[in-house]
Amino acid sequence: MPYNGMIAENVMIPGDGGDEIECYYARPLGSGPFPGVVLIHHMPGWDEWTFEVVRRLAHHGYAAITPHLYHRYNTTGSYDDAAARGRAEGGMVDSQVMGDVGGCMTYLRNQVYANGKVGVIGFCSGGRHVVLAGSQLEGVDAAVDCWGGGVIPTERFGISPQRPVAPIDLTEQINAPLLGIFGNEDTMPPPEDVDKQEEALKRFGKSYEFHRYDGAGHAFFCWDRPSYRQDQAVDAWGKIFAFYERYLSTADVPEGATVS
Amino acid sequence: MCTYVTEKAEMFGSAKGPQGWFKVDMANVYFDHPFHAPLDHSLNIDFVNEANGSPTRVAVEISAESARRLIEKIQAALEAGEASHSIPPEPVKA
Repeated sequence: MPYNGMIAENVMIPGDGGDEIECYYARPLGSGPFPGVVLIHHMPGWDEWTFEVVRRLAHHGYAAITPHLYHRYNTTGSYDDAAARGRAEGGMVDSQVMGDVGGCMTYLRNQVYANGKVGVIGFCSGGRHVVLAGSQLEGVDAAVDCWGGGVIPTERFGISPQRPVAPIDLTEQINAPLLGIFGNEDTMPPPEDVDKQEEALKRFGKSYEFHRYDGAGHAFFCWDRPSYRQDQAVDAWGKIFAFYERYLSTADVPEGATVS
Repeated sequence: MCTYVTEKAEMFGSAKGPQGWFKVDMANVYFDHPFHAPLDHSLNIDFVNEANGSPTRVAVEISAESARRLIEKIQAALEAGEASHSIPPEPVKA
């Protein structure tokens, strides 16, 4: 009889600049070895949906962690208040996000039950951060960009002190296989921007696969929002887990992992 | 869409939060994903005091239609109130 068990809790780990940052971490119980995944949350910040996705990844056999990218604004204990303060000050700083994500990757690899493989997955602004991570960080074994807007700067969401480099301009530096999930009714990014992103990946001979869904717009995985699209989300999650299986597994069968 | 596009409006007044009344000097206004409202996008307003760096805010998340209706009612209340109190309208400072 298969065993399903996990532990999920808040942890404090060194992030960018050595700052101790709060993270939410879920992993299967058992000695592993388990691949790791860093989840880069969306622009609204930490919320129940984000925690559920971390636990979903753990349920599927991954040691999954999400850094609270607004942690440094969190003075009230309320995650939405922290996100509001971060937004009012211009949003997340790319270099700080990369430092926090890098800290999480190191943390995952340092665990005794780690199999040494680490992937990243990001939603919304997190998808854009995934493209940056795949270009700027060493050791990303698989990158999943879920509807990341702003990979190509727009007039309203362009280059800024917080975001000094356009991810599209770093395409040549991408050093991880990339999976992209997009809704064809999305406006950030619109389909024409996804086309440009794909053209750049082809031009530089990068390993990638894009899955683009009709009848779906932005955030179509979010079952707590009107944007949820059940058929498309179920199919896309299957693509993600197949991608991670291909790039994050090792020969050993992880002890404690679910068998689906 | 997911952007950090925020319109900031200087405020003079007060707001009531969980710990009671506090002075307000800024309204941060943005049309983007809500945290709580059951909408894909909402018009979000955070009334804050930026000068004292307090994290306290009074937040609302409303639909675009609700926001436009609110704009009309704000204008109507100002016109009616200023007329009934014989107060000349204050110009909005640039």
